[in-house]
Amino acid sequence: MAEHAHAETLALREQFDTAEQQKDASTLGMWIFLITEVMFFGGMFLAYTIYRNIYPTVFGLASSSLNAVIGAINTAVLLCSSFTMVLAVRAAQLGQRKAIIIFLILTLLLGLVFLGVKAYEWNEKFQEHHIPGPSFHLEGTEMQGQAQLFFSLYFAMTGLHALHMVIGVCLLSWLIIATARGMFSAQYMTPVDVSGLYWHFVDIIWIFLFPLLYLIDRHMR
Amino acid sequence: MTTAAVQERENYLNASYGIKSWLLTKDHKRIALLYLFTITLFFALGGVMASLIRIELLTPQGGLVSSETYNKLFTMHGVIMIFFFLIPSIPAVLGNFLLPLMIGARDLAFPRINLLSWYLLVVGGALALFAMFAGGVDTGWTFYTPYSTSYSNTWVIATALGIFVAGFSSILTGLNFVVTVHRMRAPGMTWFRMPLFVWAHYATALIQILGTPVLAVTLLLIFCERVFHIGIFDPALGGDPVLFQHLFWFYSHPAVYIMILPAMGVISELVSTFSRKPIFGYGFVAFSSMAIAVLGFLVWGHHLFVSTQSVYAGMVFSFLSYFVAIPSAVKVFNWTATLYKGSISFETPMLYAFGFIGLFTIGGLTGLFVASLGIDVHVTDTYFVVAHFHYIMVGGAIMGYLGGLHFWWPKITGRMYPEGWARLSALIIFLGFNLTFFPQFILGYLGMPRRYHVYSPEFQVLHVLSTAGASVLAVGYLLPLIYFTWSLRYGKVAGANPWAATGLEWKTPSPPPVHNFDEIPVVTHGAYDYSTVAGEVMQVG
Amino acid sequence: MPEHVDSVKTYAAVWAILLALTGITTAVAYVDLGAFSVVVALLIAVVKMLLVALFFMHVRHSTRLTKLVVTGGLLWLMILLAFTLADVWTRGLIGTPGR
Repeated sequence: MAEHAHAETLALREQFDTAEQQKDASTLGMWIFLITEVMFFGGMFLAYTIYRNIYPTVFGLASSSLNAVIGAINTAVLLCSSFTMVLAVRAAQLGQRKAIIIFLILTLLLGLVFLGVKAYEWNEKFQEHHIPGPSFHLEGTEMQGQAQLFFSLYFAMTGLHALHMVIGVCLLSWLIIATARGMFSAQYMTPVDVSGLYWHFVDIIWIFLFPLLYLIDRHMR
Repeated sequence: MTTAAVQERENYLNASYGIKSWLLTKDHKRIALLYLFTITLFFALGGVMASLIRIELLTPQGGLVSSETYNKLFTMHGVIMIFFFLIPSIPAVLGNFLLPLMIGARDLAFPRINLLSWYLLVVGGALALFAMFAGGVDTGWTFYTPYSTSYSNTWVIATALGIFVAGFSSILTGLNFVVTVHRMRAPGMTWFRMPLFVWAHYATALIQILGTPVLAVTLLLIFCERVFHIGIFDPALGGDPVLFQHLFWFYSHPAVYIMILPAMGVISELVSTFSRKPIFGYGFVAFSSMAIAVLGFLVWGHHLFVSTQSVYAGMVFSFLSYFVAIPSAVKVFNWTATLYKGSISFETPMLYAFGFIGLFTIGGLTGLFVASLGIDVHVTDTYFVVAHFHYIMVGGAIMGYLGGLHFWWPKITGRMYPEGWARLSALIIFLGFNLTFFPQFILGYLGMPRRYHVYSPEFQVLHVLSTAGASVLAVGYLLPLIYFTWSLRYGKVAGANPWAATGLEWKTPSPPPVHNFDEIPVVTHGAYDYSTVAGEVMQVG
Repeated sequence: MPEHVDSVKTYAAVWAILLALTGITTAVAYVDLGAFSVVVALLIAVVKMLLVALFFMHVRHSTRLTKLVVTGGLLWLMILLAFTLADVWTRGLIGTPGR
């Protein structure tokens, strides 16, 4: 018990009166940050919505050049990582240090798998000349500019998402080390909690990216 | 009291020395001063740009600078003044300093993030300055596509990057303020006992949080477009340049409320203190801040009236733009009602408050002119619009900033500024401002386009008047710089409550101790309860 | 510990539903539903988002303030999308070039 109290007072910052106030503030802070991320990605979702709306055929054609099965598998990988993440948070709530580390490592590994698959997919696009630029070409349409728009949005949105995944991976690495050093307890696990929020948010972005990018008009081809 | 007596007591200024104690501080009061220093530098730079512009416009043929350089001048003037002076100004200086004090907290919720915010502004500013000295940007502060993305040969990316970084400074400040107001209020400090300054900053923080990220992604897309030619704003590749305008103004219209709401918060404090009366209709004023924040997000299309935006969307945005004027009007009515039967005195902060109310009213009403679709077609991209927004931003926001700076100067520094010089400066600023910008309403209505340095000779007289006004205004701004600095050493020492004002910040010594309050206060009264300061007497510099 | 700790079973059930929905949305994409394809895809995505938010991010146990923040954020995204689309979708209706 004394060890838990020690962890709590060590972590309590000067500007707060109680640990509960600190936790509430940190949680609210993370949620507000996630809202800013919603608006940040939102700008790209807007661009996507408009251009898909005015160029439906080209976007459908371009979308079908992506591998929907790989996309679906990657989505499943990320959902599994959210599962392991929430189990890590649960273990932290219960003060189970070993379990926290195991679940965080699983989450990290699944995140790395996702990024690996992404790298493979991007490489495929490079091989097929679907990267926007001078050597871009998509078979089956005259509207190369508009086709390029789809892929620009594809790379911009999945790229921004991947960047957030990398940040998440770094966060997880730090959490694993900190947990191993005994920084957290059932009384103080706020960093694990808010990192979990961040990780799930990045997952939610992908939950929308997958159908919007991979599953346009699949029934037509 | 002597200088020595003041220096005896430990406060946030003398508690530690050395550059590291400032550059690595977590104290919101020191961070506020870091911001004060930084934005004053930017204001001076933006002011130099303005001076060059006004000198160039003395003659119809131009001649001082080339057209290309002129484009760069007004672009940098706008970028610096908006992103590196006005947006931070009141929240980062006065808000940072006062918010914890006003709610009875020891600091903001996240002091290290507060310091990070300042560094982000400095880094963003450095990038923008680099762009400026490397050759400048000529797209206008609005970066309209496809010129900014496909044609301009200037330092667009560096400037955009600088604004991007500064944007995160703004987002983090907003985040900090919202969490602080929700979680750090002293016992008894309920929402409806908070000063209206706090309400105004809370509403501002909401805008910063919800709007700035869209600017960030828009700048990112400009970067992608310029570097990778992705086509998102390029008609040749199927892109829509007006999409940029939607994304840009989704932030940049609410941004003007980021710039004015804090000033309105200051005015509420000033009008109350110098009428010795509670603000009339506290609830209405508090809610009007929230209403402005929300409604401000629904009107951005009024900047797109003459683009290919559909007429139907235009009508909706026009109607909503009229609607958003209502909460601002509510404030003006309530400040006026506060004055009625008040015990009014005309110290410098009150002079700025009066100036604000008059000039903001003019600026706001002319906003209604341009919100009308028909009139806007005539005056858009003319000096009418330039005059409109300068009345709000300079006649409004900057006056609010100066009024607040004078009002809280004794609290921040422990010194009074010299009242005589301050009143003179306020008068000079008011006269200089009107001489500068009123002729511009006429110029614009008569057809003088904005962003042109070569113009038809019949406009010259009005331009000369405007430039004359700008010279007077410049003097007006220089004087406070001088006497504020002078006051640090020679100003009359200030007590804890030189204005006999209400508010928790006046209950702690001037300058405050590092931890704000020796004992966290327990609040039992509303915000403008003058019975609590009945015995106190106003001290004037 | 005053905080609510959910059971592993709850999380596992949500996880299973999320995986199932992923399979369903992929499969349904190959069925011709005309204009409803995108509606169904978005609906499934929204349900998945709600499951992750409510259960994994603990929104269902959270304070009113947190729920307000989440709702507000989503609402603001809707404002950005709705008002811009209101322009794009009503262009050209009156037949004047450029309007």
